[in-house]
Amino acid sequence: MDKIDKVLLKEIANIDETPKGAYNIRKNGYGIERQVTENVSIVTKKDKSGIDVYVKENTKFEFIHIPVIITESGLNDVVYNDFYIGKNADVVIIAGCGIHNDHHKDSKHDGIHRFFLEEGARVKYIEKHYGEGAGTGKKILNPITEITLKKGSYLEMESIQLKGVDSTIRETKGILESNTNLVISEKIMTHGTQIAKTIFDVELNGENASTHVTSRSVATENSVQEFKSNVVGNTVCFGHVECDAIIKDKARVIAIPEIIANNVEANLVHEAAIGKIAGEQITKLMTLGLNEKQAEEQIIQGFLR
Amino acid sequence: MLELKNICFKRDGKEILNNVNLKLGDDKFIVITGPNGSGKSTLAKIIMGIEKQDIGQVLFNGKDISGESIDKRANEGISFAFQQPIKFKGITVYDLLKLSSGKEITRKDACDILSKVGLCAKEYVDREINASLSGGELKRIEIATVAVRKTKLTIFDEPEAGIDLWSFNNLIKVFEEMRNIVKGTILIISHQEKILNIADEIILLNNGKIEQQGEKENMLEAILKKEKIGCCRLGGNGNG
Repeated sequence: MDKIDKVLLKEIANIDETPKGAYNIRKNGYGIERQVTENVSIVTKKDKSGIDVYVKENTKFEFIHIPVIITESGLNDVVYNDFYIGKNADVVIIAGCGIHNDHHKDSKHDGIHRFFLEEGARVKYIEKHYGEGAGTGKKILNPITEITLKKGSYLEMESIQLKGVDSTIRETKGILESNTNLVISEKIMTHGTQIAKTIFDVELNGENASTHVTSRSVATENSVQEFKSNVVGNTVCFGHVECDAIIKDKARVIAIPEIIANNVEANLVHEAAIGKIAGEQITKLMTLGLNEKQAEEQIIQGFLR
Repeated sequence: MLELKNICFKRDGKEILNNVNLKLGDDKFIVITGPNGSGKSTLAKIIMGIEKQDIGQVLFNGKDISGESIDKRANEGISFAFQQPIKFKGITVYDLLKLSSGKEITRKDACDILSKVGLCAKEYVDREINASLSGGELKRIEIATVAVRKTKLTIFDEPEAGIDLWSFNNLIKVFEEMRNIVKGTILIISHQEKILNIADEIILLNNGKIEQQGEKENMLEAILKKEKIGCCRLGGNGNG
């Protein structure tokens, strides 16, 4: 791995050296490094590009890193990764994609991730997207995440994109059985003419299924963001969607909430707030000695934490 | 230490401050009181630079700071506790205390200052400063953010506003100790007799003018007499 690879891996997965536990590092469309453990196996797909990750039941507190880096301008990389999490396993999966593009051709990565959690399994899934490079070629990332939660399972997804991605459409789908919980937290910041679109579709099918989706975003300059969520409650269930955006300069943010209750016992809430940074917040920080720019940076940094 | 010269402030055709002249000495505990709408909070905001006077000068340690921005004044040694503490998303109590002190402080330092304002430090240091905190809790955190700065002048704009009587009675103890925590001049805008009682000096503002100024002992008696005969009603949580 060269210096650029290391910078990208540090940005997306906070990897300085060989990660502990199972991992699969993909570069420019090919797997370049892999490690499996006693409880976690990683198998290359035969029919298409991608991997199947199998976590044995009752596996506890293992980390699985599956970062993707792209340094080849003009590459259109599509990968299908499936995760099969055994009964009562409890693991952390760290994914993400970093693109370095110094040339004029667009570089694109579409990661299609499917999660199948067996009964009582717990997963924390962290996905970070990042772009850099001096070229005019766009850095495009279109992740699709499909989550199927079986009885009593739990998945927490943290999705972060703060810099350098020119265009993204992020689709996340969840199908929840009884007594499951899906927590999604998304943080996005866009600059220049970047476009970011987020789509959440969650079906609460089992009794006492619950979901909490939080999106915090900052849109600056001429960027455009769209947040679309659709939570369907088909039984006794709880769904809460919260979209909170700070808007600056000439940016635009569109929030489209949709909650559908198909059962009288479904309890669904949607909250959306879009606005500029409150002047009183800036004033407060200025009374502590920060200038206006520093105050704004602190407010945004806290908001996207 | 602080001198205000001929301060005038008019908004929407209404005279809020009319030729206010004032001198504050070093290491004093001063309370500005007066009826609702008398211009007290406006005067405090003018000292911090949050509001800008139409006419007049603000001198701090002999230097004219009339044209200086809020942050410049803050860095020169003025602190300001807001009447309605500001809430933030994602910023924790520890973050704000670090920003307030202007340097890296340890969690222990943060906890020490929280304890001094009457908060059980461990429960609060990592909390976000958002609507999940009560009015009394936000008020104490606000006080901590100015106390940690230990500036030459610390202004509290109506610390009693927006909190219940129970919380206020507990807060009085914090102000009794404030002299030891801050170590500079403390200027409090307040209606509360209990706060007036712990002052060295009291300034009575009425209709945008300083009506009277003096030692607590003399002033308290005069103010209470005026209130009795209805010349000056203090009370209430105004924005005066």
